Amino acid sequence: MNRRVFVKSGALALVTMGLSPTFLRRTVFAQALPKTSKGKVLICLFQRGAADALNVVVPHGEDEYYRLRPTIGIPRPTKLMAGSAGVAGGAPGAVDLDGFFGLHPALAPFLELWNRGLLGPVHAVGSPSTTRSHFDAQDFMETGTPDVKSTADGWLNRYLAVQGTCAECALKSSPFRAVSLSQQTPRILEGTTPTIAMASIGEFSIRATGSDVERLEALYRTGSADLIHGTGTETFDAMKMLRAANPGQYAPANGAEYPRSPFGQDLRQIAQLIKSDVGLEIAFADVGGWDTHVNQGNVTGQLAGRLADFGTSISALVTDLGDRMDDVVILTMSEFGRMAKQNGNGGTDHGHAGAMFVIGGSVRGHRVHGRWPGLGPDQLYQGRDLALTTDFRSVFSEIVCKHLGAVEVGKLFPGFEGKREEWVGVLA
Amino acid sequence: MQWHSVLLLSIALGCSARAPGAPAPALAPPVVLPSAQEVALRTQTADQQVRQAIDRLTFGARPGDYEKVREIGVDRWIAGQLDPARIDDRATDAFMAHFPTLASAPADLVREYPPPRLVKAQAKREAEKQRGAPGTAGDAGATSDTGKQNTGAAFTHDDSVELRQARRGAQRVIADVQSARVARAVMSDRQLQEVMTDFWENHFNVFAGKGPERYYLASFDENVIRPRALGKFRDLLEAVAKSPAMLYYLDNWESTANPDEPTLAAVPAGRASERSRLPRAPGLRPGLRPGRRFPAGAAEGGRASRAGADTSRTKAKLAARRPKGLNENYGRELMELHTVGVDGGYTQADVIAAARAFTGWSIDRPNLGGAFIFRPAVHDAGVKIFLGDTLRAGRGIEDGEQVLDILANSPATARFIATKLVRRFVSDSPPPALVDRAAATFTRTGGDIRETLRTIFTSSEFFSREAYKAKVKTPFELVVSALRATDAAPDTTPRTAQRIARLGEPIFGHRDPNGWPETGDAWINTGSILNRINFGLEFATGRLPGESLARWEHESGLDTLSRAAQVDAVIGALLGGEASPDTRKVLVQGVNPLLAGAAAAPAGAAAAPAMSIAPATKVEGFAQLVGLALGAPEFQRR
Repeated sequence: MNRRVFVKSGALALVTMGLSPTFLRRTVFAQALPKTSKGKVLICLFQRGAADALNVVVPHGEDEYYRLRPTIGIPRPTKLMAGSAGVAGGAPGAVDLDGFFGLHPALAPFLELWNRGLLGPVHAVGSPSTTRSHFDAQDFMETGTPDVKSTADGWLNRYLAVQGTCAECALKSSPFRAVSLSQQTPRILEGTTPTIAMASIGEFSIRATGSDVERLEALYRTGSADLIHGTGTETFDAMKMLRAANPGQYAPANGAEYPRSPFGQDLRQIAQLIKSDVGLEIAFADVGGWDTHVNQGNVTGQLAGRLADFGTSISALVTDLGDRMDDVVILTMSEFGRMAKQNGNGGTDHGHAGAMFVIGGSVRGHRVHGRWPGLGPDQLYQGRDLALTTDFRSVFSEIVCKHLGAVEVGKLFPGFEGKREEWVGVLA
Repeated sequence: MQWHSVLLLSIALGCSARAPGAPAPALAPPVVLPSAQEVALRTQTADQQVRQAIDRLTFGARPGDYEKVREIGVDRWIAGQLDPARIDDRATDAFMAHFPTLASAPADLVREYPPPRLVKAQAKREAEKQRGAPGTAGDAGATSDTGKQNTGAAFTHDDSVELRQARRGAQRVIADVQSARVARAVMSDRQLQEVMTDFWENHFNVFAGKGPERYYLASFDENVIRPRALGKFRDLLEAVAKSPAMLYYLDNWESTANPDEPTLAAVPAGRASERSRLPRAPGLRPGLRPGRRFPAGAAEGGRASRAGADTSRTKAKLAARRPKGLNENYGRELMELHTVGVDGGYTQADVIAAARAFTGWSIDRPNLGGAFIFRPAVHDAGVKIFLGDTLRAGRGIEDGEQVLDILANSPATARFIATKLVRRFVSDSPPPALVDRAAATFTRTGGDIRETLRTIFTSSEFFSREAYKAKVKTPFELVVSALRATDAAPDTTPRTAQRIARLGEPIFGHRDPNGWPETGDAWINTGSILNRINFGLEFATGRLPGESLARWEHESGLDTLSRAAQVDAVIGALLGGEASPDTRKVLVQGVNPLLAGAAAAPAGAAAAPAMSIAPATKVEGFAQLVGLALGAPEFQRR
């Protein structure tokens, strides 16, 4: 607690006096950050409920897929559409990407991103843990330590803590360095480094006269240093910063139109915060409704509805950010995938490996990354699920290193032995 | 634990709890109070013990509560709260008349407030009928109040009006049950029962937004949870397992035996002993129950003979909709979340065995608000091994009941429930020794919730300094405690429930089965602090229906006091009677001690831009004092 307060208010003063407190000189990130880390943003989007990867990035080139999913499978593309500008009119099948994989038709907005080389799907990626519990699996993916329940912090918070320990990094410690568009701080951002959780930008203010606000501030700044007082103090700091930046009336750029859904509006506000230059580096939002045990539909239906919102919102964000996408990476994730075979209720039960989307200017586009294990009976995990060929920590490590400039990622995923050579290479 | 003193309280309790004219309760059992030695272990002062008991066993003190509990004696008062049947709560029950949908059975609710998508589907069907037979007067009046004939368009203005009404009606059903929860928490004298209802509805989470779930919520709250909140866990577990609310929420209603397993298909469905006693909905079309096979003379009586009147088309449609397989959802969450916990030592095989045991536990006409029904025809009657025990082949509803027995009796369940209770009532870090003792009581008493709570509420840990004001209020607790502290009348509108939802805890609004968080760090972050502060300010300007600061100020005599004395009174009423000198100074003088004496810019306001994006409200005098106090860090705790 004391260290946090010191870093925020004391460190700046110290740095300007030419001093660097010794505890800031931690060895892990002792080297100066490469210039490329300036202004980089990582947006993590969590699909809670275990999104059905096989119907999101559809392996339409695999016959087994259709044997396993007689009614909920996404039909093959009626004609290959690689390189075309949009979805063929009325085509009811998958939107083809590379002749083997395609997108669920509700993700048609992603085709443009694919064609521009911004979209990097990663398939058969996930957690080696055998758990099929949503809560455990989300926990493991957010703490970055599969099968270890005692981890106290989220991996993004560890990134913030470790990355913020060199002299120049102290200047990066804006209260808005990490923001979650949610009511509660997500596990992935829990930890000793303070982060902000806000349901919306508009709610991030106190509706009182200036003098009453000051009185309330006084109530939080005095008194014991506990969870509530400490968080309250950060709240007032952050509020002042946001006011100074004055996000005010925001108009999305380049004709971007966000859906009115909560997810769409979350992404709109992330764009707003990025453009307000309040020092945002990590943004997080989540979206639920992916736990399609029953009646998930195929090209239309429950899953299609979720994907339409998902795809349109992300696509609007990319459009809105325009050139800034060179400095932005959007990373989607879900705690596991779903069973390869459809169940008795027109849906799918919990599975194993899943898919992620990595979207940004530095993505190596025009290909689906990862190693496809196949859906044959002897290729499935436990005879029922898509098998894992890439550990999620490998993808996260690659992004944190290449995009955010973290020099050593070993500290972020304790217990993970993954090597640089094993990275899927989704980023350039 | 050695009890050394026993007090007979039958007369005392009877006099204080019974209103004049009420029927005399049966003689109260002797109440055992903690011994002097046990009380001596408590590190809280006597005054703190009173506040602790009120803060934890109720949703907050009302004016006069501290004095009353002090007079009765904290342990005696706790014993009284543990026996809610002896507390007269007729005023609260009578207040429920403000929420008319509560009184209707689920089936009636569906008829009166059909879900919008049904209305939409009906409208579409009517429109199609019109299009198919142009020129016929037909059912032109079916969807149009004015009798206008529908054109080929899918919707007319009248349709959308009806749709809007349907949406409002469906919303009404949820709003009533939410507002009833709030009203009970604000006004009931059976406060511990309300707190435990809140606890169990979080433990057995259901989500109002899923399908027809909303129609089952009032019954879930009033008939399933509340009456059993302090009873035997096994009873509660079974009532929940058979509740349409849980059966629908965790999909068990449509879980059926996998095709390769034997079922009880020869046995008629719906034996009387397994039916809930909800009134039958009249006018039901025959044949709309998939999976039934009735030999002549089955318990169903008249309906059986009409079953044969199905058209072949309806049969085909039903066959297509008939579920065809096992759904593991309830089996898994029953163990992971309701009983033994995720570390309770079960395997995937046990999840499947449990799911198989519960096949056939279903809802009769779920989209029409039906009741629990056991369907032998889809029950997996094969042999199962569950947590090492064998569930014999050829049985029906007994399979599920045995699973519930095994789980309720498991030491892992005792520990899991004890841990959650200690976390709720004592501290975010449950003291292990107390958890052990509470789990032991749970096991020794066959899962008696009341006795388990008694172990907790009489413990030295409960009355320890570390546990004092140690918990953070959830949004529900925050709002209700503010209303109770200021003697507000309960809200007959949905607005209070909506405000709680905006603070992050919509009632029955948690989508995932794990329920709302139980620890403070999940509720406190920069965004939520702002939200809570803003709530306090709104409250001060009288935005919540039923609250009236002016009335409270007057009736409590606070309007006759000086500002300083008012501050002391407000600190007593809202901030637990303890506040730092700085806090007191801020509240009395409205001065920011941080700026006093510092070489800062004048008031800081000139240099900085406006502090609020939203329009600022100016509050003065007593209202300002209350607004500040409600936004203060101390008010966030209990």
